[in-house]
Amino acid sequence: MSAAPRSEQVKALTEAATAVRRDIVAMIDAAQLGHIGGDLSVTDILVTLFHAVLNVDPEHPDRPDRDRFILSKGHCAAALYATLAGCGFFPREELKSFMAPLSMLNGHPDRKKVPGVETNTGPLGHGFPVAVGCALAGKLRGASWRTVVVLGDGEMQEGSNWEAAMTAPHYELADITAVVDRNRLQQGARTEETKRLEPFAAKWDSFGWEVREIDGHDYAGLLDAFEPSTTGKPVAVIANTVKGKGVSFIEDRVEWHHKVPDADQVRAALEELSR
Amino acid sequence: MTFQLTSDAQTYDCRKAFGEELIELAREDERIVAVCNDSVGSSNLVGFLEAFPDRLINVGIAEQDLVGVGAGLANGGLVPFVSAAAPFLTGRALEQIKADAAYSDVPVVLCGQSPGMAYGELGPTHHSIEDLSWTRAIANLKVLVPADRAQTRAAVRWAATGAGPVFMRVPRFKVPDVTPDGAPFGPATSVRLTNGDDVTIIAIGTMVSRALEAAERLREEGIAARVINTAFVDPLDEQAVLEAARETRAIVTVEEATISGGLGAAVAALVVEHQPVRMRIVGIRGEFAPTGSTSYLLDHFGLNAEGIVRAAHDVLAPHRA
Repeated sequence: MSAAPRSEQVKALTEAATAVRRDIVAMIDAAQLGHIGGDLSVTDILVTLFHAVLNVDPEHPDRPDRDRFILSKGHCAAALYATLAGCGFFPREELKSFMAPLSMLNGHPDRKKVPGVETNTGPLGHGFPVAVGCALAGKLRGASWRTVVVLGDGEMQEGSNWEAAMTAPHYELADITAVVDRNRLQQGARTEETKRLEPFAAKWDSFGWEVREIDGHDYAGLLDAFEPSTTGKPVAVIANTVKGKGVSFIEDRVEWHHKVPDADQVRAALEELSR
Repeated sequence: MTFQLTSDAQTYDCRKAFGEELIELAREDERIVAVCNDSVGSSNLVGFLEAFPDRLINVGIAEQDLVGVGAGLANGGLVPFVSAAAPFLTGRALEQIKADAAYSDVPVVLCGQSPGMAYGELGPTHHSIEDLSWTRAIANLKVLVPADRAQTRAAVRWAATGAGPVFMRVPRFKVPDVTPDGAPFGPATSVRLTNGDDVTIIAIGTMVSRALEAAERLREEGIAARVINTAFVDPLDEQAVLEAARETRAIVTVEEATISGGLGAAVAALVVEHQPVRMRIVGIRGEFAPTGSTSYLLDHFGLNAEGIVRAAHDVLAPHRA
């Protein structure tokens, strides 16, 4: 965690996030596969967590008292890999192998291959219950780690997530933070057209969570939102984001859920991300 | 060794042995926790709850959450025994068993209570006859079916040794003791209960005592049956199976489960590749059970001594001059 003044911290996060976004575009270009829209929407959340919030050590990724981080929306693995590599969990060079045969960087994260990954996600609605278990283990053992799980908003249509959302407050797990990447789009359409999530904050509140709704691309707001619980309740951060954030022709367009940019589009994206 | 089953043998619900052993284990090892889905009573965890109120996690009626939470507890350094009625544990949470436990490779012990047709009259929704096929299809998941109290205790103790992801049945239908003192227990290990070179009967769980009864009847007819109890369906004791395939004229497998992917399928796949032998697979074939008590249904499907004897006669028939 950094003790730098907020303005410097925000500047550093901005730079790190831009580097991650460039890596994501390059990885998807090389693999000709990936989920570019959700990768770009979740980037600022991941970068803020790994650079300024989580107590994790890239040199000792299995340290027993580490904070637990779980990307429940496992299809956005490219964003996670680029963030982990940017923090030194493994060499950035490895990003070039994304989804290549026998690469450690599968299309969805594999904890036995990628340092910094706690559980193998991919099917939606899995990471949240596992995170609740991690937080519960911390509480039962009197340990100090906190647990952060990042969910997609479309993923909140999975019933298992609401099972987990009931369990954490019941066991008074104040050290878990559930972050929803609320980009309002899912694979085929807008979330509200597919199956309505709103009133979303009220749902979390009624389940017993301390709800913080923020702009998921505002680093200062993210840093505040990741502060510990003030109420003893688990914390839900609804991070309002833009799917495809940072590349104008991808932003907020449903077709870019897992479309792969062509060569001209890759050039344009990288150009936009270098400004 | 030859194991004799007395006709008036007392029978026991293995859930009691499960609960008692788990309490003993929890006294010795503070990492042991129980996780259940409102199934404190049906998993026989009332005693555990009294002894360790903070170490029994009840997630309510939520099986997907149950298995996910179990995986998270294991990630946090605990040894979770995740216990729920077998049909709901395996049916509802199969993807969690695959992704969160087996693929993620965390030491979660999945305890399927009241498996097979133990819920009798409650019907096919509550029967767990598919569990062995489903779980055996998953890589990195050990699958075991204790036959009696002793094997249930041994299974609990073995599973807590960091054995990795495990699915174990915990029989509710009362069974007699069939495991000799000092019998070995572990992956790819089986127990030979009777000697014989005519036919081998490989049985698991509730079917082991019935296999012994069948062997006794066959012996009276002059047919020597080798009875093998292989608690581990995966990994199977391949050596014992191949020996049986070499040394006896036929193999009959018996399981309280569908035959699509359980014990019989495992044995058949092994022998057909390495030591082809005539086989009969006794189990449930592609149908849902009618209404009836467990005992009635076991008889209905030929999962009894008569059914096993019939299968043995049938498989040996062409060889009997």
